[in-house]
Amino acid sequence: MASDQKTSTGFHHALKVKQEVCIGCTHCMTVCPTEAIRVKDGMAVITDERCVDCGMCLRSCPVKAIHVDHDDFNHIFDYKYRIALVPAVLIGQFPEDISVEQIYSVLADIGFTHVYEAEHGVDLLHQTMLEYVKKPIVAKPVISSFCPAIVRLIQVRFPALTENVMLLKPPLDVASLYIKKRLVDEGALDHEIGIFYITPCAAKIAAIKSPVGEDVSAITGVINLDFIFNKIYRTIKATPRGSSFPLPDVSPLTGIAVKWSLTHGEADHIPGRSLAIDEIHNVMDFLEKIENEEISDIDFLELRACDESCAGGVLTTANRFLTVERLNHRASETIRRQTESGLSANNQNEMAPYFGHLLPLIRVDEVQPRGIMQLDKDMAEAMRKMNKRNKVYNALPKVDCGACGAPSCQALAEDIAQEKASFDQCFFIRNRMLTAGKIQLSDSKQILDSIWGNNKLKKLGEGNDPTKENQ
Amino acid sequence: MQFEFEVTGGDFANAGTASSQVKKILKQLNVSVSDIKRIVVALYEAEVNIVAHAYSGVVTVEIETTQVRIILKDSGPGIPDIDLAMQQGYSTASPEVREMGFGAGMGLPNIKRNMDVLNISSEVGIGTTVEMIAFLNVA
Ligand SMILES: Nc1ncnc2c1ncn2[C@@H]1O[C@H](COP(=O)(O)OP(=O)(O)OP(=O)(O)O)[C@@H](O)[C@H]1O
Ligand code: SF4
Ligand SMILES: [Mg+2]
Repeated sequence: MASDQKTSTGFHHALKVKQEVCIGCTHCMTVCPTEAIRVKDGMAVITDERCVDCGMCLRSCPVKAIHVDHDDFNHIFDYKYRIALVPAVLIGQFPEDISVEQIYSVLADIGFTHVYEAEHGVDLLHQTMLEYVKKPIVAKPVISSFCPAIVRLIQVRFPALTENVMLLKPPLDVASLYIKKRLVDEGALDHEIGIFYITPCAAKIAAIKSPVGEDVSAITGVINLDFIFNKIYRTIKATPRGSSFPLPDVSPLTGIAVKWSLTHGEADHIPGRSLAIDEIHNVMDFLEKIENEEISDIDFLELRACDESCAGGVLTTANRFLTVERLNHRASETIRRQTESGLSANNQNEMAPYFGHLLPLIRVDEVQPRGIMQLDKDMAEAMRKMNKRNKVYNALPKVDCGACGAPSCQALAEDIAQEKASFDQCFFIRNRMLTAGKIQLSDSKQILDSIWGNNKLKKLGEGNDPTKENQ
Repeated sequence: MQFEFEVTGGDFANAGTASSQVKKILKQLNVSVSDIKRIVVALYEAEVNIVAHAYSGVVTVEIETTQVRIILKDSGPGIPDIDLAMQQGYSTASPEVREMGFGAGMGLPNIKRNMDVLNISSEVGIGTTVEMIAFLNVA
């Protein structure tokens, strides 16, 4: 009971607003699924405790004012062993005539000493999951820990379901633990190893910088996928065919691993009633029903924040459906080759000898709820605030225009009850107060400026006053 | 504080509206996760009972810092033998209702298990009133 009152601050967020670019247009504010954004002083402000790093704001921004804060690429050269840990969807960003080998060799050319796919962690994880879901003590449905935006969404919006989150690390962490161990076994020193994940989304960065349920991540840094994509694509275009760089040695992924990060990638390989749901609003609707126990008897849930899962990550550049197509081709090709060679997938997995070492490391501690819904920790106080909120809400115009700097009348009412906003921020109320002589025109302007900044209209171009004739 | 919700018999599409609203309210009042869970489960069952077995009803939810009291008053056929209805597995649900996945006769026993107080009064041909109370687990 006490645990859900714990709102930990200091959570890392990778989504940042560029103040000099933001025009305060409210697009991000209205799409944010956790209502984490307000407009203040003419700019979008993200509330840390509410943000789950899903990236919906970034997608909606018309001026690219929201960016994903990643590590400086040159940071890789601080390490002797520079490992690019790439998601399978990276390959899917390129047209089919650019081979996997070509992409990898360019990664080596731009400075990495090793290239490794995050999905190499899938085989061990999958085996462990099969055991995990069978345990009678785990809360059903088991919710996959794969998508960090979903894990965070559950923490803040569905705290009752935190106990359902699977306590196993995602494949990316499994792969990085393996690489580290293998390099150390081969003589590398810990501080010489830099593992850099090429991320398709902000959520993975947040998870790596402040992991949920574990102390530190084995990953050194994170670089945005769109950045690496551009670097690779430019190099490929500038390199004559046939002169490819030496290929780093890697074992091929299994078919399951290739498609793991796509929708159904996990669910199709977990027995029982396993469902796959993608896109954050779909996920929220479903979790609502699970939380009410309107839907029951489900064994496993694969939930992903992005439409088409990681193929639709905010930092991907290719059309998500084409990415899915390419990965599907790659998976069937892999399966065909593996069948022809007569080897089982695990015989080909170079990680297999390390399974014993890795197994105890892939568990994580319980995921803590950090609910944001409560109006106050103290129930009596929360009831007082709720009464106030409901009263305020009844007086608001219910047009959800956003002109007050909050995403909806409901949200403004809540902010007012929390003493984070004032009644006169509402345009309709302010107008009424002005007419009634309760405030002066100068007060009204001051309030407007506090929300929209004092040069909102200037930003849109001076001398462009449509109220003047003959322009 | 008090809230009211209306429930319409036969409207399976909207069954669960009251429980999901109440859940939201309780979350905002920082009621513990385990209390919310049992209250919402019980309310959902009682709500569905109105939808499945009665014509219309009103749900009144009274929230205090120490307890949540819910009264569901419906007009409907009533329950002739309440002790029998309370038995696990007893159901008079129509084939159509069963087809929708209800009618296992688990609802009332489930409410009893989850709430601290359950009182049912019923008049055949007139309707049923279900009163249930959960005492909140105050830390
Ligand atoms: N509000 C009501 N009005 C009339 N009859 C009711 C009402 N609630 C319950 N009953 C009667 O009590 C029986 C048992 O109810 P209970 O909720 O335990 O099971 P059920 O609704 O039949 O099935 P389930 O809840 O498992 O879907 C019902 O079949 C019905 O005959
Ligand atoms: S679905 Fe994949 S890309 Fe999207 S937020 Fe989740 S992990 Fe990131
Ligand atoms: Mg019932």
